[in-house]
Amino acid sequence: MIQADKNLCTRCGGCVGVCPVSALTLNEHGIECSAECIDCGTCINFCPMKAIKKKE
Amino acid sequence: MESYDVLVIGAGPAGSGAAMTAAKAGLKVLMVEKRAEIGSPKRCGEGLSRSSFERMGFDADKARPEWISKVIRGATVYSPDRKYIKMTNVLGGDIDGWVIERKQFDKWLASEAAKSGAKVMTKTEVINLIKEDGKIRGARLRHHNEEWDVAAKITIAADGVESKIAREAGIDTTLRLADISSCAQLEMANIDIDEDRLEIYFDQELVPGGYFWIFPKGERRANVGLGVRKPFASEYAYKYLRAFIETVPSLREGSVIEVNSGGVPVGGLLEDMVMDNFMVVGDAAHHANPIHGGGISESFVGARIAAEVAIGAIQKGDTSKSSLSRYNERWWNERGNMLMKVFKLREVIESLNNDELNWLRKELEGENLSDFTKARKFGFLAKILMKKPKLAFLARKLL
Repeated sequence: MIQADKNLCTRCGGCVGVCPVSALTLNEHGIECSAECIDCGTCINFCPMKAIKKKE
Repeated sequence: MESYDVLVIGAGPAGSGAAMTAAKAGLKVLMVEKRAEIGSPKRCGEGLSRSSFERMGFDADKARPEWISKVIRGATVYSPDRKYIKMTNVLGGDIDGWVIERKQFDKWLASEAAKSGAKVMTKTEVINLIKEDGKIRGARLRHHNEEWDVAAKITIAADGVESKIAREAGIDTTLRLADISSCAQLEMANIDIDEDRLEIYFDQELVPGGYFWIFPKGERRANVGLGVRKPFASEYAYKYLRAFIETVPSLREGSVIEVNSGGVPVGGLLEDMVMDNFMVVGDAAHHANPIHGGGISESFVGARIAAEVAIGAIQKGDTSKSSLSRYNERWWNERGNMLMKVFKLREVIESLNNDELNWLRKELEGENLSDFTKARKFGFLAKILMKKPKLAFLARKLL
């Protein structure tokens, strides 16, 4: 599972587009991660703002 | 149930292109946008060439003052040694294009779609697609505190780089990391720049797998940004952007009045963009130019092709996958094959180191570089690369 830091995220949605299991959704609160997440890190690698981290 | 001929999901240039085309043919069209404001936030450099605008079907004199930030008369392309090729009036005539205000431009396009007869709704999101017997029949929508079902003969997904709708429908549009440019972009004020030309900087160390841009917006303002790509980049885009700005003296003292980021498809063109009653267009279908990431006209034109096929299919009463696959054929003939060649050029450019880029700039002095972004003069470019034995294998990609 991942989480996006709301202070860094610009809600561009690129992470949603690269997620190989369609686990991410962009809504008015930011990025939400579902249980489908496989911890592959693709979204973390993509994020232009380094806003995404693994959820502890 | 509310019912339409065509439901368009997403109101960027692709959505508006599809909605406008379908509505003009007399179809009943609904276009929904989940964000509160069409065109915001933008995720792009905001450059639009005159030839692209004309390809979208508009005359250059239809360009509207409310979305023109600055008329552009050329471009300056820098190699890593900060030497450059300066181009002026590339298209002949006074105007090569514009740096536009996307927030106004996208709204204008959506208004044109509305004027053509399409119904447009913002802050209206798709909760889920409606499927019957595995076929898409419309969508459940939400606006404010209301939820309702809408039936559509054809649903067109234009939901941008997120592309959730196509994947929900069953088309895998997931972008590989190598095929998405990770972009960070600022609007800067109080900077000394060439107000007439786009500036483009290549440097594999400072902006790996992409380029840095300064697009003037008039009165000492500019859209300043870059795109980088994994696996070439070891850091994130915004960090590269701030570092690059420090290397451009005219930008160092500027102020920042807007920050954006985004993902731009630069590859991953889809063989198949249709299902029964369903089509995917725009960034969601990766319709952008793989070398520079420009996607406004590419998205719009692709969506127009989709809508033209949709019109014929609805008139025939056959919206099956095989009927809609005419869109695949037409798009690949009219746009895809050319973009696939440009993709090869992307592979060539990303393979060059800074010394090779410096050398190539020297070799290309006096050339109109925009030819290459349209897959023109590849034979000529290949001949140049072949002068260096080490690059001969790359040259073959262009032939």
